[in-house]
Amino acid sequence: MKKFVLTTTALALCAAVSTTAFAGATLNDVKKKGFVQCGVTTGLPGFSGPDEKGNWTGLDVDTCRAVAAAVFGDAQKVKFTPLTAKERFTALQSGEIDVLSRNTTWTLTRDSSLGLNFAGVNYYDGQGFLVSKNLGVKSALELDGASFCIQAGTTTELNLADYFRANGMSYTPITFDSSDETVKAFGAGRCDALTSDQSQLYALRIKLKNPGSAMVLPEIISKEPLGPVVRQGDDEWFNIVRWSLFAMLNAEEYGVTSKNVDKMAASSKDPNVLRLLGQSGIKGKGLGLSDTWAASIIKQVGNYGEMFERNVGQASALKISRGLNALWSKGGIQYAPPIR
Amino acid sequence: MSADPLSGAAPAKAALWRRPVFRSTVFQVLLILGVVAIANYLFTNTLHNLEQRGISTGFGFLSMEAGFGILQTLIPYDETYTFGRTFLVGLLNTLLVSGLGIFLATLIGFVMGVARLSSNWLIARIATVYIEIFRNIPLLLQILFWYFAVLQPLPQPRQSLDLGGMFFLNNRGFYLPAPVFEAGFNLVWIALAIAVVVVFFMARWARRRQEETGQQFHTVYVSLAILFGLPLLVFLAAGTPLTWELPALKGFNFKGGVTIIPELMALLTALSIYTGAFIAEAVRSGILAVSHGQTEAAYAVGLRPSVTLRLVIIPQALRVIIPQLTSQFLNLTKNSSLATAVGYPDLVAVFAGTTLNQTGQAVEVIAMTMGVYLTISLTISTFMNWYNKKKQLVER
Repeated sequence: MKKFVLTTTALALCAAVSTTAFAGATLNDVKKKGFVQCGVTTGLPGFSGPDEKGNWTGLDVDTCRAVAAAVFGDAQKVKFTPLTAKERFTALQSGEIDVLSRNTTWTLTRDSSLGLNFAGVNYYDGQGFLVSKNLGVKSALELDGASFCIQAGTTTELNLADYFRANGMSYTPITFDSSDETVKAFGAGRCDALTSDQSQLYALRIKLKNPGSAMVLPEIISKEPLGPVVRQGDDEWFNIVRWSLFAMLNAEEYGVTSKNVDKMAASSKDPNVLRLLGQSGIKGKGLGLSDTWAASIIKQVGNYGEMFERNVGQASALKISRGLNALWSKGGIQYAPPIR
Repeated sequence: MSADPLSGAAPAKAALWRRPVFRSTVFQVLLILGVVAIANYLFTNTLHNLEQRGISTGFGFLSMEAGFGILQTLIPYDETYTFGRTFLVGLLNTLLVSGLGIFLATLIGFVMGVARLSSNWLIARIATVYIEIFRNIPLLLQILFWYFAVLQPLPQPRQSLDLGGMFFLNNRGFYLPAPVFEAGFNLVWIALAIAVVVVFFMARWARRRQEETGQQFHTVYVSLAILFGLPLLVFLAAGTPLTWELPALKGFNFKGGVTIIPELMALLTALSIYTGAFIAEAVRSGILAVSHGQTEAAYAVGLRPSVTLRLVIIPQALRVIIPQLTSQFLNLTKNSSLATAVGYPDLVAVFAGTTLNQTGQAVEVIAMTMGVYLTISLTISTFMNWYNKKKQLVER
């Protein structure tokens, strides 16, 4: 009998340990090592890539910086791991990185069978085509029989196949490991068109020897909600990443920017702003962070609009318009739950 | 067994744990148990962790629809086939490039190995330069060189290099006419089979006659005449039942005929030239290992240099060459996985690349891929060991 009790206790203990193994593990781990390890692309203008001084910049990079600002109050406490599309999920699953912020499309398969959770959408995208101007093509429907340069391990491969199947056309796929190689092959004329998320097409076009010789076709053939990803099973960390993004969206909505954040915290009469900046309400308690977590994000990284314009918008080389990524109140679909 | 020299007592009196047989058995059993326990721990721990993190496991994904296209498929394939089929497509592409690579590398290696020992100064120097250059540059760089520096600057499809209106070369590939067999061509195949049988028996007869009487017969020339002549006669008699499908520019690309994609050309060229350099050195070492007395003896009995090489040197050199050749073949096969650098759809690129990523089943996919390379390597190894045994000195 004694033995039986001992065994059941041991089993129960094992079960308890295994279910709680991940809750809170990531935040503690991140705090202990003193930085957030963030998985990004191997270089995609506007989204993630090192600048001339070796600092990582981009929309995806800033999403990670926001998390670091929320956790440490210092947006610089991030280390970046460049990953190819093929490597990204394994790196996150194995714990090599804490957040994957790498132009990753939110799909059912990825959300449900990889042991990962998508924390939100920092860019609404769709797949498009980049073709050489002297091909004389005006629409993707004229591309029957063409060959396409694609990056391996992306939703792009599947969308392309779906699109040509749906339209009864044939195509030749030429897949490369990194987006750099796809551009190089496209530039050399190995393929007629390059296909990828439309935001990337503008970014990749800049890398061509003669960017003016290529054009982006009007068709968008898929939905590509891109966002940060975390491991499944650690809800605390999931909440932190998700609300770091929401804080930036709320800040834009209430007109809080990196420039006026201190003034707003001191003198604003808007209860929404005061709750966001940790002056009233639940503050940082629910997330297990300091009260000024959102204020740090806004001060050091900016609100969503600032981040967008700086990296991919009018202030950048890409000059992408807000489109779907405008706030819900301005005709887009970027929408964050209220902070209260 | 003799008695213990120290005590002089009978060995049966030694304690059980002091007996060497008993002790060695115990330690071996313990070692095996330990290895099994560790393997079991790794396996169950992995399964447990995968389950805990909500990562699905199992091989069920192999029967799901793949939904992506592949550049080069040797068997029928489109997006509606399963992930299991992508495994086969990738495997066949790997076997294609490895098989062709082994053939070409061996050819290049033997020619260059012999050439390096040539008494002709120029030929020997050319072979030396070839070997030293290609053996000492990393293979990946060579693949990228052939792909990006040699094949990509070729003209666009619309300005293709036209070789006689039948062959076209551009930066999307090398286009050849494809044979179209019409009714009646089967007769030609039958004729070829008959020719092979005839040549086989003729060679046996010629050899026996030479052994018995010393009279030589022009086996090679007669064989060639039969092998080509008989099918050709039947082909003409049947009214030339063969047409060629010519590649033609249609839309964006060439359609029809056979296409050799530049990815395959670059990979194959790099692999065979790189491995060929190593094989050349193996061949040279094998030839140098044959004592010079053998050559002198052969010359002394009046054999010409070419005959000496073919009948005296090479058979003995093979015994040294074959084991080295085996490891070069294995290297070439494994190196073919560098295909992924230029987008050639081999097993690693297609299955351990795209399929892995679309399904997320990393453990299963990588295990299968490793299993395949292990199987291919062991097969090559087994065959080469058999060949080696056959070529070894048989003591009579």
